[in-house]
Amino acid sequence: MVDVPLGSTGAVASHPIDDVELYHPHSWITKYVFSQDAKVIAIQYSLVAFSVGLIALVLSWLMRLQLGFPGVFSFIDANAYYQFITMHGMMMVVYVLTALFLGGFGNYLIPLMVGARDMVFPYVNMLSFWVYLLAVLVLVSSFFAPGGPSGAGWTLYPPQAILSGTPGGQDWGIVLMLVSLMIFIIGFTMGGLNYVVTVLQARARGMTLMRMPLTVWGIFTASFMALLAFPALFVGSVMLLFDRVFGTSFFVPSIVEMGQPLERSGGSPLLFQHLFWFFGHPEVYIVALPAFGIVSDLISTHARRNIFGYRMMVWALLAIGALSFVVWAHHMYVSGMNPYFGFFFATTTLIIAVPTAIKVYNWILTLWRGDIHLTVPMLFALAFIVTFVNGGLTGLFLGNVVVDVPLSDTMFVVAHFHMVMGVAPILVIFGAIYHWYPKITGRMMNDILGKLHFWVTFLGAYAIFFPMHYLGLMGIPRRYHDIGDMAFVPASAHTLNAFITVAALIVGAVQLTFVFNLFWSLRYGKPAGGNPWRATTLEWQTPETPPPHGNWGKELPVVYRWAYDYSVPGADQDFLPQNQPGFTSTAPGGLHG
Amino acid sequence: MASILFFLSGLAVIAAWWLSRQGLMSKPWLEAGTTDDLPDTENSRATPSKIGLGVFLAVVGSFFALFISAYSMRMQLPDWRNVPVPTILWLNTFMLVLGSLALQRGKSSARRRDMHELRVDLLAAGVSTLAFLSGQLLAWQQLAEEGYRLTGNPANAFFYVVTGAHGLHILGGLVALGRTSERAWRQQDSEPLRQSVELCAMYWHFLLLVWLVFLGILTGWGGAFIDICRQLLT
Repeated sequence: MVDVPLGSTGAVASHPIDDVELYHPHSWITKYVFSQDAKVIAIQYSLVAFSVGLIALVLSWLMRLQLGFPGVFSFIDANAYYQFITMHGMMMVVYVLTALFLGGFGNYLIPLMVGARDMVFPYVNMLSFWVYLLAVLVLVSSFFAPGGPSGAGWTLYPPQAILSGTPGGQDWGIVLMLVSLMIFIIGFTMGGLNYVVTVLQARARGMTLMRMPLTVWGIFTASFMALLAFPALFVGSVMLLFDRVFGTSFFVPSIVEMGQPLERSGGSPLLFQHLFWFFGHPEVYIVALPAFGIVSDLISTHARRNIFGYRMMVWALLAIGALSFVVWAHHMYVSGMNPYFGFFFATTTLIIAVPTAIKVYNWILTLWRGDIHLTVPMLFALAFIVTFVNGGLTGLFLGNVVVDVPLSDTMFVVAHFHMVMGVAPILVIFGAIYHWYPKITGRMMNDILGKLHFWVTFLGAYAIFFPMHYLGLMGIPRRYHDIGDMAFVPASAHTLNAFITVAALIVGAVQLTFVFNLFWSLRYGKPAGGNPWRATTLEWQTPETPPPHGNWGKELPVVYRWAYDYSVPGADQDFLPQNQPGFTSTAPGGLHG
Repeated sequence: MASILFFLSGLAVIAAWWLSRQGLMSKPWLEAGTTDDLPDTENSRATPSKIGLGVFLAVVGSFFALFISAYSMRMQLPDWRNVPVPTILWLNTFMLVLGSLALQRGKSSARRRDMHELRVDLLAAGVSTLAFLSGQLLAWQQLAEEGYRLTGNPANAFFYVVTGAHGLHILGGLVALGRTSERAWRQQDSEPLRQSVELCAMYWHFLLLVWLVFLGILTGWGGAFIDICRQLLT
């Protein structure tokens, strides 16, 4: 341990700023509406995504009301139920989770964390948001279109997605859905280019890739994956749209609809499934990798301990990113494809568990003997680990063909993917908002409300999804509007369904405390100061909080160390910011893990 | 899905090569810097626009690779009837090659600061590309007249959709080329234009490559290649 004092901090000149390169907003409109500042765009993205999330939450309530109390609510008929399923799924996966993690957190955190003034293409970045908003409006407009939104299920499998028996199939619903997805993908591509190129090109001096916080690594890898995976959805959507509008037969086989043979023949529904899941599986990790990254930073900061195995964490992120492109067909075990494919994809699916498990071990070992502060962000981060392990373990069940085949059409699958892809990332989103809110607004969120929000959400989510596994094992099918009285369904299953519905209503309602807290704290929250969590990463070292346009004032920061110098022995503080020079720790044996 | 996996493996090799130069083996926790030994950012020397276009081309590439994957999966089904290749496609291909060559020449003209040459090159590129697009429309018309309509057979549908998507990408490129040309006529110095011309050339070369691959598949020359890929997978 050598302390190397240096005469002055910040002794190295940073890159000179070219003032001409900076875009300066002049009016209220260009500052807050058509803003090219990544931070404003981030907030715009997040607010829209949250609004969509609230709609999707209400849809899930309606579905649960039908399942818990079948027949009580006459307006939820089978058609409406399928429309709710479809819109809930598509909204949550694409328009909420992807948009929040990449459009929201990506925009806010990437430039600040790598020490840049803004994204590299601010104008394109602004367009990205407005195109996203257009996609959302097109999607939501399908609620008001003749025939209502599509009821095809969120996977939009043809041929049923475009037949007249499916809600929206021969009306506007499916067309608006596909058009909206295509617009979303165009908008995302604009944003994604920014996220990737900013990380590649705009890092501050001294910010090597291996000094980047894991949040940036996660968002960077996920953006790259999304750029390559979304085209699959785009291609599938174009072809499905042609099948629906022009009557081609890419996907539609010979079919008799309502006693009438259709003119089309020969199409391959399986082809759509391949395209859809070639997007769909990477999508799981597009949502998970930013969550992994953010959780790593939350845990390290709130346990006052450097992340365990940083290199392994980076390698694991990259390995997961690459592997996630060769597991897609594990969603198709029951689709009738070649059984040898199933064997191949079961193997790759189980292999991807290895890097994922490495990450979980590293989080736990980071906590080990840490100085754990049970702040609200930390509670959410810890809850994420538990939930992700839960959801991941059932993933191992479903990754095996022989186990998946009987479980595939049951509530077990619903429970699995909600745990791993619904609850887990949303816990991270909440944790991240409680964590970065002070930087965004300059005020802390209310702690008591935050803890209430956390405990009800966390325990409530388990009350919803744990029993659902059990329902699945009993054989209760998913996608059914009303399971009725089948011989194998005991009366207790109906009671359990009612219980789940009550839990879902409570968990949904408690989100209002979060929304209230967001707005209340804006005005009445405790002033936070620049670095309330005593964190090391660059975004907490901005000269002003909230950071103004351009982030860094006159000089860009210079980076001297990695992002996890917490509790360094011999240092006078328990954290060393990344832009603090002079204190080297070269202890033999690598005390830092 | 062989084509897209093949394409992505190519990207993975590039990514792995790039990452291998980024010090992924370093131990950042032991390497807290002092002011004396500040590592470079290791940002690439290429401009953000060039990297941005490179990443965008990866996206476009995966878009077309997916179409080709879908094409090769769909063509195995029994109702597939190949589209005859209209002769005009060869002329179109020649036009697109000309456009690409003109932009390549434009690159060196811009480097030599030869403004007059540059204008000629940009104009030639624009005209030959427009000729390509009109040729494509003629090919559509010709096929439609011969009875190969969109809904007739999946092979027809694929032909129209893929050529249409490719044409739209070219059209987008023409917008960029138009803006560059407009600046070329307004300005006297070619230096500020150099990057735009280089980006256009890169985009044109890439779309030419996409077109050649698709043409190869359409004429059946790519069939042998697809067969090899298929055997590798099964």
